[in-house]
Amino acid sequence: MSNDILQNITRIAEIIINTLKLEDVTPQTFDADLDLVDEVGIDSMDLATIALVLRDEYGIRIDEDDYPKLTTVRRIAEYIHTKLTSGK
Amino acid sequence: MKTVSSLLDSHWYERYKKISRLNIRSSIYDVTDRCNLRCKGCFFFSSGEHTVASEEKDITKWHAFVEKEMARGVNLAILIGGEPTLCLDRIEAFYKRLPTFCATNGQIKVPRDRFPDMMVGISLWGDTEDEVTLRGKDTFKISSANYAGDPHAYYLYTITPKQLGKIEKMIKRIADVGLKVHLQLLSNDESVDGFSWQPAELVAVRAEMDAMLDAYPRTVISSKYYHQIITSGEMLGRRFGWMECPSVTDAIDKREPQPKRLTNFIRWASDLKTMHRCCTSETRDCSTCKDGAAHMSWVMVNKRAHMQSAADLQNWIEVYEMFAKLYQFIPW
Repeated sequence: MSNDILQNITRIAEIIINTLKLEDVTPQTFDADLDLVDEVGIDSMDLATIALVLRDEYGIRIDEDDYPKLTTVRRIAEYIHTKLTSGK
Repeated sequence: MKTVSSLLDSHWYERYKKISRLNIRSSIYDVTDRCNLRCKGCFFFSSGEHTVASEEKDITKWHAFVEKEMARGVNLAILIGGEPTLCLDRIEAFYKRLPTFCATNGQIKVPRDRFPDMMVGISLWGDTEDEVTLRGKDTFKISSANYAGDPHAYYLYTITPKQLGKIEKMIKRIADVGLKVHLQLLSNDESVDGFSWQPAELVAVRAEMDAMLDAYPRTVISSKYYHQIITSGEMLGRRFGWMECPSVTDAIDKREPQPKRLTNFIRWASDLKTMHRCCTSETRDCSTCKDGAAHMSWVMVNKRAHMQSAADLQNWIEVYEMFAKLYQFIPW
């Protein structure tokens, strides 16, 4: 796995923690494979809010149709990596 | 960090997973400005909403409109009125394309050969005496004959203050005709004497609603947490009102801070252009609004707020399941 993705994982975890005001977890201890819907309990409005922060952070647009794919921090990091490297 | 599985046992966790990805995106549509009843307390007519837009009569425009709504992400059409069954072609424009719920007073039977599995919610205001007072006739007599035994229909039983101590009678009548029932409370939009809720009555009706759910679990589609929320107007220490309501039309929602709300929700007038403020009338005082759908949506959009304890999250699951059953996303 590239360093870019690993760095993104920590930053995305930080964004999610701050956006959702999650307690008792840090970007370093956030399980990158934790299911965001089934375990963290986020809904589509949460994801839309997170998507806006990620857009500003990485300069990419996350299509609403792609939300169902973004089930973990790792998958979000990989999605962003793909978008950035493919120039989309 | 509290996670869903750390709060729930395996039984509740399975229930949660059945609904967690439903991602329901509803909007509400006035199908027509006309009705075959004129009920005292109807928010649509009492607030003059039937006059703000002239209904679109070209059916091709309804079909094109529904296509646009689907492109906007709507996956549940909630049809209200006037009386939608006066315009079956317009209902069909929705039904042919996406999950559709039709509210009706039940005086006209939806033809099941044309709409075999469309969920129909039949309005009922109190008992026969209340119905005659508020609606001018005993609508149950006709609606129950039209829909007896229909697996895709249920009663939306609007309880009035005069029903205290008498709710079971109507629940039994509904059960006897083989239908389900969902409970809600009258908002008394036209201030009919004796039909406004007093605090002690709301306490009493909550207990009676709970008792009906216990006694008729296969007939009553509800949850005790919903009863608590709708009778108290409070959820997790917050009061329902304009700054909390999730069912405000998206395009005109300028509230700051933005509360948790239904994604992309719009209530459209029947001209297919005008947007109403919210799921009920603009003239209603939000602080005393008793709209059942708004209150259950209020719970549903605040999932993470219900992750402080297992009991809170179980309450959330029960309300979401109730909604999903009423709109056929999961079985009864």
